[in-house]
Amino acid sequence: MSKTPSDLRYTKSHEWAKKEADGTVTVGITDHAQGLLGDMVFVELPKVGMKVAAGKECGVVESVKAASDIYAPVAGEITAVNSAVSDSPESVNQDAYAAWMFKIKPASVAEVEALLDAKAYEAVVAAEAH
Amino acid sequence: MGQRTPLYDTHIAAGAKMVDFGGWDMPIHYGSQIEEHHQVRRDAGMFDVSHMVVSDFRGDKVREFLKTLVANNVDKLKTPGRALYTCMLNSQGGVIDDLIIYYLNEQWFRIVSNAGTHDKDMAWMAAAAKEFGVVMSERPELAMIAVQGPHAKEKTYTALGENLREAAGSLKPFHSVTIGELMVCTTGYTGEDGFEIILPAKAAVFTWQMLAEAGVKPCGLGARDTLRLEAGMALYGSDMDETLTPFEAGLAWTVALEPSARKFVGREALEKQLATGVTRNLVGLLLEDKGVLRSHMKVFCQQGEGETTSGSFSPTLNKSIALARLPAGVAVGDRVEVDIRGKRLAAKVVKYPFARNGKSCLN
Repeated sequence: MSKTPSDLRYTKSHEWAKKEADGTVTVGITDHAQGLLGDMVFVELPKVGMKVAAGKECGVVESVKAASDIYAPVAGEITAVNSAVSDSPESVNQDAYAAWMFKIKPASVAEVEALLDAKAYEAVVAAEAH
Repeated sequence: MGQRTPLYDTHIAAGAKMVDFGGWDMPIHYGSQIEEHHQVRRDAGMFDVSHMVVSDFRGDKVREFLKTLVANNVDKLKTPGRALYTCMLNSQGGVIDDLIIYYLNEQWFRIVSNAGTHDKDMAWMAAAAKEFGVVMSERPELAMIAVQGPHAKEKTYTALGENLREAAGSLKPFHSVTIGELMVCTTGYTGEDGFEIILPAKAAVFTWQMLAEAGVKPCGLGARDTLRLEAGMALYGSDMDETLTPFEAGLAWTVALEPSARKFVGREALEKQLATGVTRNLVGLLLEDKGVLRSHMKVFCQQGEGETTSGSFSPTLNKSIALARLPAGVAVGDRVEVDIRGKRLAAKVVKYPFARNGKSCLN
């Protein structure tokens, strides 16, 4: 079974989002998503300073099997990217919640609050399995 | 639900992730496709390939029948046990399927063909066999396990007994030997040493377990695909199909035009194509930029446009590679561009195979 930490927020497109104390939101892909994709071989991250709309693609993960876009969970500006993940894509398979991809300074805090909680995300995953 | 091989429950118990493959529920991997790939290049891995279609052809004129059925010439099969890789063509020279023919004796040949093309293959071969009084029988009661890797043979002897070493140890590639109910073949789809073992379905689980105890690791069809791509082996449905001749699929070496008196199906179309010129060839691509090549990506070169037919990440090279069908005239060493998700990335035309026998073939 894939893990869904209860302190994180989620999207239907399988990103996780974590509210940080400094007001930014850290984003990665879920354990369920890495399990579906299989061994990661390439990660393309957005550029720092890029303005993104909620739901806009701002990166790519490629596994041996397929390529998959990473979407911005909320609107805002990219303030940091994790180049360690593009250097070792397999770190996403090892721990999807440690291998963060980028940080966003959200335009609206309410948008972060409106993301799925762990229970709602698990329901999305369960529904996809049918 | 798809069809299941005798090893289905064994795969599930081993934690395999199952996918549909040509109508069969098959393991794509048991955890990590890349680890399974390395396992085969470095040690020994096994694949359940029981979905492959085994059919036997018997009759006095079976050799004559096969000489018209396929583009390679079964007269190359002179001693019992020998195997031949070939394409089966339609009258336009298009590839109906690629297959291996085993010569068992003068009244009995065996064909191993693809699962995804089962229905059309069987209909085509049955109709052709009838004209020669050849009796075709499918063998669904047989299973098939491929044991591949530098230590595959040694571990197979450990698992299945030392008498196998005596019987199969000195076989050259593309040979086979029948030992009781086992047919042990020195064929494969990985570019490594090893065996493909055809055996009664009821013995499959026991044999798989014995191989596992000898240290042969289960590997899924995901690794099988990256292994065969590195080894430069064409995949039916991706690199070739009924709209392409063997010349356009990198398979000219499998077409036997000599002797000219042998009238096989598709011959006239192939001769015509040779006379007018083959306009597209299959080449190898090595991606120089970062990213991953996949099938059906557009390729831009000086001579025009082409398309990747198979592409993936190569675990052995730690780079992305592809087979691509490009306009004639494109040469090894040329630089081309590939449209990867809207971006044009640089790739180099290289000679394939990309990797075999544990190491890179690129210098």
